[in-house]
Amino acid sequence: MFKYIARRILFLLPVLVGVSFIVFSLLYITPGDPARMVLGDQATEEAVQEFRNKEGLNDPFLVQYGRYVYKAIQGDIGRSYMTRRPVSDEILSAFPSTIKLAALSMVIAILLGIPFGIISAIRQYSLFDSVTMIFAMVGLSMPVFWLGILLILFFSVQLRWLPSSGFDSLAAMILPSITLAAQSVAIVTRMTRSSMLEVVRQDYIRTARAKGQKESVVIWRHALGNALIPVVTVVGLQFGHLLGGAVLTESIFSIPGVGRLMVEAIKMRDYPLVQGGVLYIAIAFSLVNLLVDLVYAWVDPRIKAQYK
Amino acid sequence: MEDKKLLLDIQDLSIHYVVESGTVHAVEHLNLSLAPGENLGFVGETGAGKTTTALGIMGLVPNPPGKVVNGKILFEGEDLLKKTEEQMRSIRGGKIAMIFQDPMTSLNPVITVDKQIAEMVLLHNNVTEQQALERAEEMLELVGIKRERARDFPHQFSGGMKQRVVIAIALACNPTLLIADEPTTALDVTIQAQVLELMHELRRKINTSLIMITHDLGIVAEMCDKVAIMYAGKVVEYAPTEALFNHPGHPYTEGLFNSIPDLDSDEEELKVIQGLMPDPTNLPSGCTFHPRCPYAVEACSKDVPPMVEIEPGHFVACPVRGKPYLHLGK
Ligand SMILES: Nc1ncnc2c1ncn2[C@@H]1O[C@H](COP(=O)(O)OP(=O)(O)O)[C@@H](O)[C@H]1O
Ligand code: SF4
Ligand SMILES: [Mg+2]
Repeated sequence: MFKYIARRILFLLPVLVGVSFIVFSLLYITPGDPARMVLGDQATEEAVQEFRNKEGLNDPFLVQYGRYVYKAIQGDIGRSYMTRRPVSDEILSAFPSTIKLAALSMVIAILLGIPFGIISAIRQYSLFDSVTMIFAMVGLSMPVFWLGILLILFFSVQLRWLPSSGFDSLAAMILPSITLAAQSVAIVTRMTRSSMLEVVRQDYIRTARAKGQKESVVIWRHALGNALIPVVTVVGLQFGHLLGGAVLTESIFSIPGVGRLMVEAIKMRDYPLVQGGVLYIAIAFSLVNLLVDLVYAWVDPRIKAQYK
Repeated sequence: MEDKKLLLDIQDLSIHYVVESGTVHAVEHLNLSLAPGENLGFVGETGAGKTTTALGIMGLVPNPPGKVVNGKILFEGEDLLKKTEEQMRSIRGGKIAMIFQDPMTSLNPVITVDKQIAEMVLLHNNVTEQQALERAEEMLELVGIKRERARDFPHQFSGGMKQRVVIAIALACNPTLLIADEPTTALDVTIQAQVLELMHELRRKINTSLIMITHDLGIVAEMCDKVAIMYAGKVVEYAPTEALFNHPGHPYTEGLFNSIPDLDSDEEELKVIQGLMPDPTNLPSGCTFHPRCPYAVEACSKDVPPMVEIEPGHFVACPVRGKPYLHLGK
């Protein structure tokens, strides 16, 4: 198992090289001069050239990329053009808000989605099931910014119960988390329901009933353990996705997270920051994937056997 | 049929599945009985309603879409259809155990096999978990699996081994009646023989009655005292095994015998009964076999043929072919 984890983490390196190369190329061919963006329209041509020379922007592509990789290996991924702070500091200060938002949303998605999915499946075609499925469909199709604005209008403007921006108190976290969780709740609910419906039709469920087992134990012990396996994947994918920063939600609620930082960096052609952000997202996504696979192996002995 | 005290007596049982395309008459006015200690072969083509009958006895017909619409299932003199769910739970597994068709899918993939056996023991005996696990290991040994493998998961066993585990579960509480639903159909031929032999041996040891569902008359000849032939939801012939093999009465049974491949002859082709199983949502009138029956006369499509005793203990639902044997005294 440890060998497996070590191998997976080692495997991250080529992924990071590939990802950074692609981003580097994309930035290289996109129009827009970072020097102009940083220095402003008023800056003289000399100042612009000086900036470009200093940042190595006039060097050939491969030289630039080679230098980046060389420094990155030593742990230096550059400074932001805008703030002049190290890119790693910028990301580390945006990261806590993003991870808190992502984690809160996932907790909401799991706490609501799994029980609702189970009950819907057990009472398939009941009123509860129909209502849940309608809500899930609404949750999936409702645009995030629309839900966010509705929540702000109602809970912040109308009722004045909760703040409409920021992310420093628990009260401030409520609305953004709900906004971001809506889709995940819907996805997890639907996945749990369909997986559960699939599992309760399996022969081993009939075997459990044929033993004289109580229906509640059949569901909790025999069905759930199997039905949650695919749900783990969905939750993991969602979480990985959210870790990359929820651009819309962060913008609506003015949360200083990774999503907003990245959008800002792209707008300003802040190359080092964009690069660093993408590397961070790749690492976060890969680690979450690894975590999902480990959870998978833990719940499914058939998969665990393959990792030995 | 007989006055002897019966272990199981199914009277006029009908089980339907209501599906989009109509009502499936899976079991239709079925009668069947079994004396204590007896070994009954329950034979019929796929779709005849064998599994549904077994699930009916277990009280496990999936509802919806299935429903027992008529009849009685007397077990030790009491109607199982009148029992509460709680009473049925103590009968299921405890007094009547069932082995399902496909061992590959019958075991829970995320639970170790010893726990799956122990679960059965715990449900029907007043023992601690430790004792139940101990009993599970004993059962594994009994079916020829080493104790060391008790903590393995189902995927670590072969098909034949899985079916042994399933048998261990079914027999863990010494059931009075064991229903085996095509226990070897999904297995390799060589494994089939081993598993059947094991069942045969254990059945004698534990002294349980058996309903062996199969479409293999060879298995019946080896293992069963009596045979019931099922066609389109009904038992059409019921007889002691020897009588059935010596002089089958129903044209459908005759057809089944003709479709057994003869290893000695060079004939490549099986003489399969002509035609297909009838549409279960729209069964033929009268004798449901009449569209396929080479002996059918006009009356066959009108009247439902009753079961007639053509020799002691041998019942046939065909007035045309199932005449009482004139040579009985021979
Ligand atoms: N869950 C179900 N829903 C609808 N129809 C079913 C279901 N189970 C069985 N049937 C139908 O009932 C009939 C009898 O099936 P079954 O009892 O499985 O027969 P056998 O075990 O003899 O092959 C078949 O026509 C089958 O299609
Ligand atoms: S009753 Fe008629 S159709 Fe049915 S089996 Fe006998 S001869 Fe054939
Ligand atoms: Mg069957």
